[in-house]
Amino acid sequence: MQKIEAVNDFVVKFANINGSGSASANELVARAILRMGVPVSPRNIFPSNIQGLPTWFEVRVTEHGYLGRRGGVDMMVAMNPQTWDQDVREIEPGGYLFYDSSRPLPRARSRDDIHVLGMPLTEICNNSYGDPRQRTLFKNIIYVGALAQLLGIDPKEIEKLFGEQFKGKEKLLDSNVQALNLGREYAREHLKPIGLSVERRDKVGDQIFVDGNTAAALGCVYGGATVCAWYPITPSSSVAEAFVRYTQKLRVDPETGRRRCAIVQAEDELASIGMVIGAGWNGARSFTATSGPGISLMSEFIGLAYFAEIPAVLINIQRGGPSTGMPTRTQQSDLLSCAYASHGDTRHVLLFPEDPYECFEMSAQALDLAERLQTPIFVMSDLDIGMNQRLCRPFAWDDSVEYDRGKVMSHDALDAGADFGRYLDVDGDGIPYRTYPGTHPTRGGYFTRGTTKNAYAGYSEAGADYVYNMQRLKRKFETAKSLVPLPVLTAARYPARFGAIFYGSTSPAMHEALDALAGHGIYINALRVRAFPFQNEIADFVASHSKVIVIEQNFDGQLMTLLVNEAGVNPASLIALRHYDGTPITARFITQEIRDLVSHLNVRPLREGRVA
Amino acid sequence: MTYLAKPRLHHPTLAKNRVGYTRRDYEGKISTLCAGCGHDSISASIIQACWELDIEPHRVAKLSGIGCSSKTPDYFLGNSHGFNTVHGRMPSVLTGANLANRELIYLGVSGDGDSASIGLGQFAHVLRRGVNMTYIVENNGVYGLTKGQFSATADKGSKSKRGLANNDTPIDLATLALVMGATFVARSFSGDKTQLVPLIHAALAHPGAAVIDVVSPCIAFNNHSGSTKSYDYVREHNEAVNRLDFWPHREEITAEYGEGEVIDVPQHDGSLIRLRKLHADYDPTDRVRAMAYIQEHAARGEVVTGLLYVDSDACDLHRQLDTVDEPLNTLGAAELCPGSAVLEQINASLR
Repeated sequence: MQKIEAVNDFVVKFANINGSGSASANELVARAILRMGVPVSPRNIFPSNIQGLPTWFEVRVTEHGYLGRRGGVDMMVAMNPQTWDQDVREIEPGGYLFYDSSRPLPRARSRDDIHVLGMPLTEICNNSYGDPRQRTLFKNIIYVGALAQLLGIDPKEIEKLFGEQFKGKEKLLDSNVQALNLGREYAREHLKPIGLSVERRDKVGDQIFVDGNTAAALGCVYGGATVCAWYPITPSSSVAEAFVRYTQKLRVDPETGRRRCAIVQAEDELASIGMVIGAGWNGARSFTATSGPGISLMSEFIGLAYFAEIPAVLINIQRGGPSTGMPTRTQQSDLLSCAYASHGDTRHVLLFPEDPYECFEMSAQALDLAERLQTPIFVMSDLDIGMNQRLCRPFAWDDSVEYDRGKVMSHDALDAGADFGRYLDVDGDGIPYRTYPGTHPTRGGYFTRGTTKNAYAGYSEAGADYVYNMQRLKRKFETAKSLVPLPVLTAARYPARFGAIFYGSTSPAMHEALDALAGHGIYINALRVRAFPFQNEIADFVASHSKVIVIEQNFDGQLMTLLVNEAGVNPASLIALRHYDGTPITARFITQEIRDLVSHLNVRPLREGRVA
Repeated sequence: MTYLAKPRLHHPTLAKNRVGYTRRDYEGKISTLCAGCGHDSISASIIQACWELDIEPHRVAKLSGIGCSSKTPDYFLGNSHGFNTVHGRMPSVLTGANLANRELIYLGVSGDGDSASIGLGQFAHVLRRGVNMTYIVENNGVYGLTKGQFSATADKGSKSKRGLANNDTPIDLATLALVMGATFVARSFSGDKTQLVPLIHAALAHPGAAVIDVVSPCIAFNNHSGSTKSYDYVREHNEAVNRLDFWPHREEITAEYGEGEVIDVPQHDGSLIRLRKLHADYDPTDRVRAMAYIQEHAARGEVVTGLLYVDSDACDLHRQLDTVDEPLNTLGAAELCPGSAVLEQINASLR
C-alpha cells in the first residue's frame, strides 16, 4: 500500500467533540511544531454550539510557509464517533487514521487504502484516572503525546509550553507532563512508525503567532480608540474581549489607576453603533466590532454618520450569510452591504486586511481615516483571519507618528473669527471643518442632523443645498482614494496576459496557487486590492490584461460588482472565481480552477516557461 | 409657528446671570411647531432653568431623536451643539457623547413615540446604565409629524381625533424609569411652569440619570374631548404630590415653609432640593412606594406629578467604568499609545 511520506509538509486534522477541551490540546501540537522552527497554519472549524456538536482543528505543517488552507488531509485524528464516516472519507489515499481503539472498529467502517493506527485511549485513561473530568482532559493530552512520538515533535517543546501555561501551578504541570509521557510511551511501544515527520528548521524567524481579532483590538489600542461599544456576535466578540484585556494593562492612568477608555457592552448593535457615533461626534476615537447581521441592524445609523459626517470605525468579522447563515463559517460576503450600507445614496470606505498584521495596522489606520474623512470606516476582516492564529510579521509602530485628528476648528481659530461652516468645502478636498461640542461660548456651535442642511448646518430643504452637499461628499470620496492603502502587485516572472484580483483572507492560498500555477507554466499577474474606493491602479491593471480573474469567497462576486460599478472596468474582461461553502478557500481549489479556466480559454502554454 | 424674525440686538438693560448671559442668550431658532404647542412651553422652561442655573450655553449638549419633540432642541440654547439623531435611538448617541466628554451637561429631548414606542429599549437601557443626563420626554400620546396616530403612551380607551379608540395598554414612562433604575424621576405638565422649571433645575444638577416625563398636549391632534392628554383633561386630573425649590450648593437657602410639610433632600454636590409636600403620605426617596403610588392613582384616573423619586447618592456610568477625570476626547497619543517598546514585548509574547 502507498504511504504518504513527507517532512514538514502535511496536514493533520483533528475531529473532536465541542467542549471536550480538545482545542487547547490541538493548539499545543501546532505551537510545539512552531517552536521547532517549522511554520504551521492551524484552523479551527467549529460549530455554533458550546458542547456536544462536532468540531475540527486542522494543522497544516508547511516548511514553505504556505499559510492558506491546503485542502486534503494526510492524517486524521478521529476522536468523534458522530463524524467518523465523513472523517475517514477525507483522508488522502496512503494517509493515516489515528483513532481510539478502546472499542473494536468494524472493518467496513475503515478503508483499505489508508494506514490505521489504533490506540486504546479511553482504556488508558480509565486505568490511570478516577475523576471523569480528568479522564476527558487528559485523554486529549495523551493523544498529543502519541502524536509527538509518531511525528517526531520534540517533547521538550511541549513541556516548555506546559511550563508557560501552568506557571505557578506546578501540580497541573506535573500531571500534564505525566499524561504526555503516557501517550508517548504507548506510541513508542505499540504503534508502527509513519511517513510524516517534523524536523527542526529555522523558518519561523521573528514572525508572531496571533489571531486577527486580537490584532485588530491591539490596533485600536495603538490607534487611540477611547470608546468601544459592542454587542456579542460570532465571530467578532473576541475583538472587544481582547480590547478589554489589553486596556486593563495598557490604558491605566499610572497615578490614579483609573481607565483611559470606556467600554460598553450594549443591548444590541443599534445601541453599539449609536454610542460609537455619539462618541465620534464628541471628539473621541471610537469603534465597534460586529459581523454581517450586526451591519444590517446598524445600517440606519451608518447612513446618519455618513450624511452628518461623523467618524466611526466598524470592524466587520465576516461570516457566512445571508440571514443567520453560517455563523461559524467564513465568507467575504458583506462587501456590498458595507460599501453601500443604509438607505439613500451612501458610499463607504472599506479596508481589506490579509492577515493579523494588517488587522493591527488597518484598525489603527481606520481610526485616523475616520477622523480625517469624518465618515464610517469598515475594516473587513473575516472568521478565517479573525479567529485563527496565524503566523505573520511582527506588529510595528512608529513612535514619531501623531494621530491624525482631521479638520477640527479650535477655540482660538473661532475666536480669531474664522469662517466656520460645518458642511462648507473650504479647500476643495470635500472635507469640511468640524468643532467639538463645548469648544467656544459663542461661535462654532451647530445643530447636527441627518436631514438636508446648508453649508452652515442650518436646516434646509432647498434642492440646491442638497445638491451641493452630495457633490461635496463625492469629492470627499475621491479624496479618500489618496488616503487608503494602495493595492499590492505580485508580478509574474514572465510578462502575462492574464491577471488575478483578490483580497483579504484569500491572500495566503492565492500566493501558494500562483507558485503552483507557475510550476505548471501558467504565469499570472496578481493584484491584491486593499481598500475601497478603488484607486486608478486597479482599473489600469484590468485594462492591461486580456482577462482578469476575480477570486472571492462569496456567491455573488461582490468585489467584481463593485469593480464594475465603481472602477469603471469592462465587465467583459472579468472572470469570476468564487468559493463560498463556508470553509476557507484553498490553494488547490484556486490552482485547479485557474488551470481549467486557462485551458478553456485555449491558451495552454506550448512549452514550459512560455507566457500564458 | 411665527414668521417674525427675532431681533438680534438685545436691550442693554436686560438682566444678566452670574456667567454674564441674558435670558435671550439661551434662546434658539424660532420654533416651527404649531402655535400653542405644549413643547414650546417646555423649551421656554428649559431656557428659564438654564439661565437661572448660570449654565454656560455652550457647555450643554442637546440630543434628540425624531419627531415634533425632537425638533425642539433647535429652538433653545442656540449656541450649544445639538444632535438630531435617528428615531428612538437618541439614548445610545447620548451615552457615547457622554463617554467622550464627561464635563459637558447632556440634555436628551424625546417624545412618547420616540421613547415609548420605537425607542423603548434604548430608553430602558440608558437608565440601567446610569448615564449622567437630563432626559425630558415631551409626552403627548400621539404622533404629530405623521398626523395623529396613537403612540404607546396613549391611554386605553382614549379617542383619536378621527374617533378611533386606542385598545392597547399605555406605557407609563415614569414607572418604567423607576423600574429601570433612574435615580431622578419626575412628572410634570407643560402648562405648569412653576412646577416644571424647578424640576429641570434639580434634574440638571442631578449627578445621574434624571427623567422628566412632561405631559404636553398636542393642540393639532390630541386636544379634543376623548383625549386623556389634552389641556383640559390634564388640568382636571393633575395630582401634584409636591412643589419643589432647588438651590445650587453655592446659594443661601431663603425660602420659608411651615414645619411639618417640608422635606429637604440634600444632593451629592451640596445642592439642596426642598419639597413642599402636597400629599402627606408621599415620600420621594422611597422607590418601591413611589411605583405603587403612581399606579394606585393612575387606577383612579389621576396623573401624579412632581418629584416622584430621587436618590441623592446616585452613581453614574463614568464612576462605574472608573474612567479618568479628564475627558477622553482630550487624551492624545502620549496618554493613549503604549509605544513601540511595549509592542516589542507583546510581539515577544506571541512567539
